[in-house]
Amino acid sequence: MSVLDSKIPEGPLKDKWTNHKNHINLVNPANKRNIDIIVVGTGLAGGSAAASLAEMGYNVKSFCYQDSPRRAHSIAAQGGINAAKNYQNDGDSVYRLFYDTVKGGDYRSREANVHRLAEVSGNIIDQCVAQGVPFGREYGGLLDNRSFGGVLVSRTFYAKGQTGQQLLLGAYSALNRQIAKGKVTMYNRHEMVELVKVNGKARGIIARNLETGELERHSAHAVVIASGGYGNVFFLSTNAMGSNATAAWKIHKKGAHFANPCYTQIHPTCIPRSGDHQSKLTLMSESLRNDGRIWVPKNMEDVLAIREGKLKPIDLSEDKRDYYLERRYPAFGNLVPRDVASRAAKERCDAGYGVNETGEAVYLDFASAIQRYGKQEAAIARMENPSAEEILKLGEAVIESKYGNLFQMYEKIVAQDPYKTPMMIYPAVHYTMGGVWVDYNLMTSVEGCYCIGEANFSDHGANRLGASALMQGLADGYFVLPYTIGDYLSNDIRTGEISTESAEFVEAEKEVSDRIEKLMNIQGTKSVDYFHKLLGKAMWNYVGMARNEEGLKKAMAEIKQIRTDFWNDVRIPGDKNSLNPELEKAGRVADFLELGELFAKDALHRNESCGGHFREESVELDGLQKGEAKRNDNDYAYVAAWEYKGEPADAVMHKEELEFKDIELKQRSYK
Amino acid sequence: MDLTLKVWRQKNREDKGGLETYKVKGISEHASFLEMLDVMNEQLIMEGKEPVAFDHDCREGICGTCSLYINGEAHGPDRKVTTCQLHMRMFKDGETIYIEPWRSSAMPVIKDLIVDRSSFERIQQSGGFISVNTSGNTQDANALPIPKMNADKAFDVAACIGCGACVATCKNSSAMLFVAAKVSQFAYLPQGQVEREQRVLNMVEQMDKEGFGNCTNTGACEVECPKSISIEYIAKMNREYLSASISSEE
Repeated sequence: MSVLDSKIPEGPLKDKWTNHKNHINLVNPANKRNIDIIVVGTGLAGGSAAASLAEMGYNVKSFCYQDSPRRAHSIAAQGGINAAKNYQNDGDSVYRLFYDTVKGGDYRSREANVHRLAEVSGNIIDQCVAQGVPFGREYGGLLDNRSFGGVLVSRTFYAKGQTGQQLLLGAYSALNRQIAKGKVTMYNRHEMVELVKVNGKARGIIARNLETGELERHSAHAVVIASGGYGNVFFLSTNAMGSNATAAWKIHKKGAHFANPCYTQIHPTCIPRSGDHQSKLTLMSESLRNDGRIWVPKNMEDVLAIREGKLKPIDLSEDKRDYYLERRYPAFGNLVPRDVASRAAKERCDAGYGVNETGEAVYLDFASAIQRYGKQEAAIARMENPSAEEILKLGEAVIESKYGNLFQMYEKIVAQDPYKTPMMIYPAVHYTMGGVWVDYNLMTSVEGCYCIGEANFSDHGANRLGASALMQGLADGYFVLPYTIGDYLSNDIRTGEISTESAEFVEAEKEVSDRIEKLMNIQGTKSVDYFHKLLGKAMWNYVGMARNEEGLKKAMAEIKQIRTDFWNDVRIPGDKNSLNPELEKAGRVADFLELGELFAKDALHRNESCGGHFREESVELDGLQKGEAKRNDNDYAYVAAWEYKGEPADAVMHKEELEFKDIELKQRSYK
Repeated sequence: MDLTLKVWRQKNREDKGGLETYKVKGISEHASFLEMLDVMNEQLIMEGKEPVAFDHDCREGICGTCSLYINGEAHGPDRKVTTCQLHMRMFKDGETIYIEPWRSSAMPVIKDLIVDRSSFERIQQSGGFISVNTSGNTQDANALPIPKMNADKAFDVAACIGCGACVATCKNSSAMLFVAAKVSQFAYLPQGQVEREQRVLNMVEQMDKEGFGNCTNTGACEVECPKSISIEYIAKMNREYLSASISSEE
């Protein structure tokens, strides 16, 4: 039997969550006052969990590396949040949201978890509205919805292009209310640097006060990790500069299995790199593909002329353009899912058709949409024989009302007017579906240690659908964890306060201070960023959008070498007892240098293509789907959870077989 | 482009601090301002010096972490942007650029260009919320229609990123735009009505306690606000405050 017990409740899929809630243990209110919980991270998952647990009566200690919980990177999510409300009367239901999510994840997620997610999705919207989140509304005063890729209904709630911001500020306000009551103690500018286990149970953390450099011991009856994804292992991603995997990696090293690290979402529409100085990449929302058409020139001489500035894209006639998504996928066209769109852009750029100096950009063109909307508006206004300028003006106004803030963002970064000339875009690392393995209760393989939000592996399988990350973060934090953690804590009502003077805490703190000492003493010749960039390059080249055995083996060897060099030659200036951003980065990069190798190892073992994971060895060889990703359900319909054994290369895999009782496994076709 | 940078250096809260001069060469005009600082810091590290500490995170204008006072302007010479969205094409080759932290006694410098904005946190904790517990049993989201105009206005003010540019740019170090944004958001929504009066009284009281100055309508905050929040909301907050003060029993 597998060492992984997913603890999925018995019974029919649709009743599992309700029955489970009805039968798990509760903690009485008086006892909650004697129980402490640590929550690391204050994004949608961590922020909502900390607030909810405190409301229930637990004593919560909440940690974030930023100067305020409001700055967690959930704030940057643009498009929206899904919920099965069926307000648009288009036939949406809990089942459909569940089905779309499992299918979108290429049948690599856990059925029971996804169904629960769909079940609570409606409550999230109710809760957020009650908190004063200003969602977009229609003139009748009711909530408006949008459509997103990969689905046939309109179930996405939004607040302009800043949905993540508004949801996070909602959770932040709930958190503030509890801080004011003294039920949450907030530790800003603090980073969790170690997990403390006592008798096999998670009982606390070591945190570093980032302003003073002081190491602090914090004890609790349970520890919740909500520290987000690990996309920054690629150096360049749409993540925030500080987004890191340290908390997740530290619990991995203390016994929490790490699942499916190779499942990474590479988002097709991001602003391309402009040079070596590039520090991060900026996303342009998926919603743009509703109206934008993606193309590169058909002929190489035009590509070269454009790169040299001798030819402008708007001067290239229609017959000389290759709308490659419409050509390859006539049924879905520009609205194929993210993984497919990204690979298609890479294919064209690898063939030499990239349109900017670096050769890594394709066009996202709104000219047709501007014309279409312009004519429509002119007709509505009953204009007779409108001039070309009038049509253009009307069309641009429609585009502005839909995507104004994104167009402005693009213009500020690229210094080109996207109303007049097509946007240049290229795929970038955006989200990590893999993460810490958790059971149905969201507990990791370390007793008493939970993991929620993007940091866990749970709900998105091998590919995440648009507007589902916000849904999962808030579902975990508001509606799942607060119930399931009580079941565990009900056994802890007699434990009493946990001392931070025990040998385990002393030892954990020493481990951390030794590690910091070691880093500071290297005093080598290269900066932290130097190594991080090398790692990112190896990841992008060999473990990026397309992967093969040879490249992955190379990646593992290269990353190991970079790690060795890092520990011999990194230079960290300043001292450890003060605010030292280089030291903070060094600790995070040290963890990425391990995680990256495990990532490649996982990608190497999974010799199938599924979702965001594309193995060049596993493609359809003939028929209509020739050249497309080929999934292998016979051999790979499982979760790969890795157990830490020292070197990442020595990690041991445990399988959780995935059972699909309510869904038939099908190939995704977009032709 | 080649640049001369005059950068505020300050070891810690107690240190007096002062401007240091650094030179950077060969900066691309396509680089962002913070990427230019990355280059400068890389250079300092290689020279064996301590790099300049500055706050930054998302680098796409939404987290509100970055906070530089550049050539005498909060978030620099461009409009409707945060520091991280500012690009080097806004500067000229050979230019001297002054880079300082936010200046306000309610936001003391922690190190170099990093300030302590916990005063903003305490203001939010004093009333920037609607007292509703997580239950999943609140009424259906569509049970209470909200006029689109009110919802849109609430959104416009809710767009505040809490960066503090309004305070930094105000000659009085006033935080009224920041506080007005939160007060107004909830005042426009039916959910915010129950605690409407107490909220504005508490938040203003906390704002004063933190040592922020008062508004004298110079309008500088609205000019520098990266999210273009209008000072008309300060007027709204004043009305809210007045009406709450009169009707309040205390």
